[in-house]
Amino acid sequence: MVFEQLVNGLTQGAVYALLALGFTMIFGTLRMVTFAHGEVYMIGAYVGFEVIRLLSPNFFLAVAVALAATALLGIVIEILAFHFLRDAPHATSLLVTIGVSILLVNAAQLVWGPETQSLPHRLLDRMDYGEMELGGVYITYFQVLVMAVTVALMLALYFLINKTRLGMVIRATAQDYEAAYAMGVNVNMVFMMAFAIGSMLGGVAGVLVGVYYNLFYPTMGGLYGLKAFSAAVVGGLTSLPGAVVSGLIIGIVETFTVELGTSSLRHMVSFLFMILILIFRPGGLFRGKELIRVRGD
Amino acid sequence: MPRALRALLANSPYLGILGGLLLVPHLVSNLYVLQVMTFVGLYVVLALSLNLLNGYLGLLSIGHAAFYGIGAYASAKLVMEAGVPFPLAMLGAGAVSSLFGYLIAKPTLRLSGIYMTLATLGFNMVLFLVLQNWMSFTNGPLGIMNIPGPVILGWSVDSRVDYYHLMLVLVILTILSMHRIMDSRFGRALVAIRENELAAEATGVYTTRYKVQTFVLSTFYAGVAGSFYAHFVKFISPDSFYINESFVLLAMLALGGQGNLVGPVVGAASLVVIPEVFRFLQEYRMFVYGGILVVMMLFRRQGILGGRDYSLRLPWFQEAGRVVYLRGDKFLPEEQVTSAQD
Repeated sequence: MVFEQLVNGLTQGAVYALLALGFTMIFGTLRMVTFAHGEVYMIGAYVGFEVIRLLSPNFFLAVAVALAATALLGIVIEILAFHFLRDAPHATSLLVTIGVSILLVNAAQLVWGPETQSLPHRLLDRMDYGEMELGGVYITYFQVLVMAVTVALMLALYFLINKTRLGMVIRATAQDYEAAYAMGVNVNMVFMMAFAIGSMLGGVAGVLVGVYYNLFYPTMGGLYGLKAFSAAVVGGLTSLPGAVVSGLIIGIVETFTVELGTSSLRHMVSFLFMILILIFRPGGLFRGKELIRVRGD
Repeated sequence: MPRALRALLANSPYLGILGGLLLVPHLVSNLYVLQVMTFVGLYVVLALSLNLLNGYLGLLSIGHAAFYGIGAYASAKLVMEAGVPFPLAMLGAGAVSSLFGYLIAKPTLRLSGIYMTLATLGFNMVLFLVLQNWMSFTNGPLGIMNIPGPVILGWSVDSRVDYYHLMLVLVILTILSMHRIMDSRFGRALVAIRENELAAEATGVYTTRYKVQTFVLSTFYAGVAGSFYAHFVKFISPDSFYINESFVLLAMLALGGQGNLVGPVVGAASLVVIPEVFRFLQEYRMFVYGGILVVMMLFRRQGILGGRDYSLRLPWFQEAGRVVYLRGDKFLPEEQVTSAQD
């Protein structure tokens, strides 16, 4: 039973971690907090939903299309909220992303309606990956898939940031964009790339959660986005491993609070965690271990 | 001209507006209009309260609805269960709100502003979830019903006209007190912090303490507004205090402008009245708010009326441009002290 809950918690946590990685990617490079991330996730989920419904019940095709769509959306948000407002105070960009998130939720309500939608079962059955038994516990292959995709994306991101030229450029821009610009880095491009990568992580998370629970609704990003955001804060906002670890912790703790019979407390865990971290250890759980190293401010 | 008369004439535009507002219930028989105007007043108080933080101090609070909600629940509980008279409950609601404000502000304001912003957001979510789930205390999503109307020293407020008058008094008190605050040493310190925190600190402004004090003050106003809301609508539920409500307040400041007392009033009034006038917009209300946030931030960051002070005082009844010095100002030539005494 405990092990089963652990698997559930890990699945949940993996999704938080993906979203938190997106937040961290964006904050680490642009030094800007985005509130539209949960809505990017929601759009990703709906794009996956439409692909499966209209094109073919192929999970990976859905992920690929969602990746493309959310990358584009990320670039649009970056242009609106950051490109023209680079010298504006922090608050200005933040308010734009709040505005964008309100607009996206309402746009989704217009397009898909405010009600919850689900994929028909005949399509889900064709995507059914079965389940396996592990030490007396049934784990669906879809749970395995969620975690596998998450791990694969994390590894890909780690490789991208640390081993490639683009990653080096992103790290340089994160450290000091003016210096990077002076060294001939096209910082506008890098900011867009970073925002697009962050948004793609959110979009994938959307498809994963959407298909996993088979529930799609316009406000699905709200609470999820905020929780993942608190995971990113707990992780230190600039540390990629921190985001992953705190995402997983929050997922597991949440699942176990349900287990303890206090399911109403479930949604509060992450926010309480965030407030406590802000009060006692504002640098995040893993201060000083940033993957993207940035000046403290 | 005697001094008092001159002051009266200089302030006559304000008195004119006040007179006009007092006449409204006599000229307008439509109770619906009065109700909308009362809501305008409520949001004016809330927007001004947020303006203390976002506008004057330059700290962004994005969870202000939490303190508004605390005020509403505190007031309802105080009146319904503790039997506290309404005026005291209203002050108590403000006090409870500002206590929570203190608890949030004190630890997070030592850090850079963005952390306080995040904490206000987190607090708003936590509060919403607590209100929704603490069935025994808040009655959960069903909310608290049948909240009694205000009774102030035997004056029982129950008609729309009464509520309108009560709200008018609250708005006037809010504007006057905020005007006094911002005109004082305290207010100037806030603006100094906003303009350049380092310089303010260097000239002896204890920035952290001022920030915490402002936060407490601002949440007090929000709590009072919450108390009015609870006894006006007579029904409160967690949905009214979700972060969407905070975002609406942010949109009001973004539209009207912040950093003075006129912008928030204009922003609040227009965002309450516009959806009422254009009924077909009701459905797209949030579209309007989101669009306002994006468009205003991109094209006019300070809001329509932001970025400077406005005064409606008529200058030709004042000795224009003359600085009135105070006795004891050590940089002051002696003869000017005497000339300021007339």
